[in-house]
Amino acid sequence: MEDRQTLNRQLAQMLKGGVIMDVTTPEQARIAEAAGACAVMALERIPADIRAAGGVSRMSDPKMIRGIQEAVTIPVMAKCRIGHFAEAQILEAIEIDYIDESEVLSPADDIYHIDKRKFRVPFVCGAKDLGEALRRINEGATMIRTKGEPGTGDIIQAVRHMRLMQSEIRRLVSLNDDELYEAAKQLKVPYELVRFVHDNQKLPVVNFAAGGVATPADAALMMQLGAEGVFVGSGIFKSGNPEKRAQAIVKAVTNYDNPVVLAQLSEDLGEAMVGINESEIQLLMAERGK
Amino acid sequence: MKIAILALQGAFAEHEQMFKQLGAETTLIRNLADWSSFMSSPFGGMRGAAIPGGESTAMMRIMKDECLFEPIRQAILDGLPVLGTCAGLIMLDRYHLDVMDILAKRNAYGRQLGSFNTEEEFKGIGKVPMTFIRAPYIEEAGPEVEILARVEGKAVAARQENMLVTAFHPELTSDTRIHELFLSMVANGSPAG
Repeated sequence: MEDRQTLNRQLAQMLKGGVIMDVTTPEQARIAEAAGACAVMALERIPADIRAAGGVSRMSDPKMIRGIQEAVTIPVMAKCRIGHFAEAQILEAIEIDYIDESEVLSPADDIYHIDKRKFRVPFVCGAKDLGEALRRINEGATMIRTKGEPGTGDIIQAVRHMRLMQSEIRRLVSLNDDELYEAAKQLKVPYELVRFVHDNQKLPVVNFAAGGVATPADAALMMQLGAEGVFVGSGIFKSGNPEKRAQAIVKAVTNYDNPVVLAQLSEDLGEAMVGINESEIQLLMAERGK
Repeated sequence: MKIAILALQGAFAEHEQMFKQLGAETTLIRNLADWSSFMSSPFGGMRGAAIPGGESTAMMRIMKDECLFEPIRQAILDGLPVLGTCAGLIMLDRYHLDVMDILAKRNAYGRQLGSFNTEEEFKGIGKVPMTFIRAPYIEEAGPEVEILARVEGKAVAARQENMLVTAFHPELTSDTRIHELFLSMVANGSPAG
């Protein structure tokens, strides 16, 4: 029998140690690929512009996504709204490599996420804490990322989510066997997932950082906090020199624990995206979908 | 015995785990300093390298920028045993490191929906489980190349002297026989260091 869940988790394993970049045009996709991105996220507007534009934000035009699929050989991801399984069906029909069921778009359902086990194509989902991550995995997500706060250039939320998740994992590991049942109840997830984390000291799927990454140092910070790779959205194509910044962030993820290399990479990158502080924003996208 | 695993991007941790399980020492290569220290350390000639699965474009870019391309290429030409899986196979071909006389067809099975598992005969080993993730296959191979496995007629594993490649991912299964085969190549054929 074909085991799509395992194959889809394994594609995420191949992305580890890499940078997934938001792109809006085939030209940007080619720049991202040449800079060493391990995948691209195709979308009509990057999160900073989605935030600025306001209104309802939806799945991108399939034609635009196809244009990006034709421009590069690396995996192409695209976003659908939380709970919007029809958008996901459309993305599967155009053979997307990964669907991001994303809080960056306007949620379509305030109770149910997509039943991702029904799909052959893989899903990545955001999570602020361990319970959220395991609930998404139970629904069939084969990759997890922090929710960060997209489009802000402010790393604080991604840090908060990653730290929380790692400390909750450490806590689960420290529990006695007979305490795991209660932990499963509290996290609202099946016992088997709790058992896996307890025994393996990690999630059963790859875990990336996302939201607010704008500099090589941001990427290195997230990797040192336990991320297995990094999504960069607005941070690259909203900056002064996208090409150079993209390359620098790629190399920062490889050499995340080498400050000498990181110092070289951080030189002369031009203007970083201006960014918005967490306290200045009206709409917390990370609060969408729990 | 020491195995250097190229750790620029991709599933290098899976190879590390498998080599350790088989009793080999491992070291991760992230930059030129890591490589130089690996090549200058005495290991009685018993050393090898592995290039993991991941994105070959990402790995090539970092390899070139970190000035790792030439030293790694030269070491392989000088006889350093090397194992390349998936992206690693692509990187050893004529269009990339140009050390092995093969031409890889990238994304030969299409996008992620084309990824699959199977089990096929591997020369000298028997049936092995094979996991193909957005995998390549070998489109052309020169006379020095021995094809070790085929899936639906396409070459998916091969050896040429000190180089062993698979289009699938032995590091993702619990079957250690391909890594064992590589370690025997390291034990037998590595040039003195």
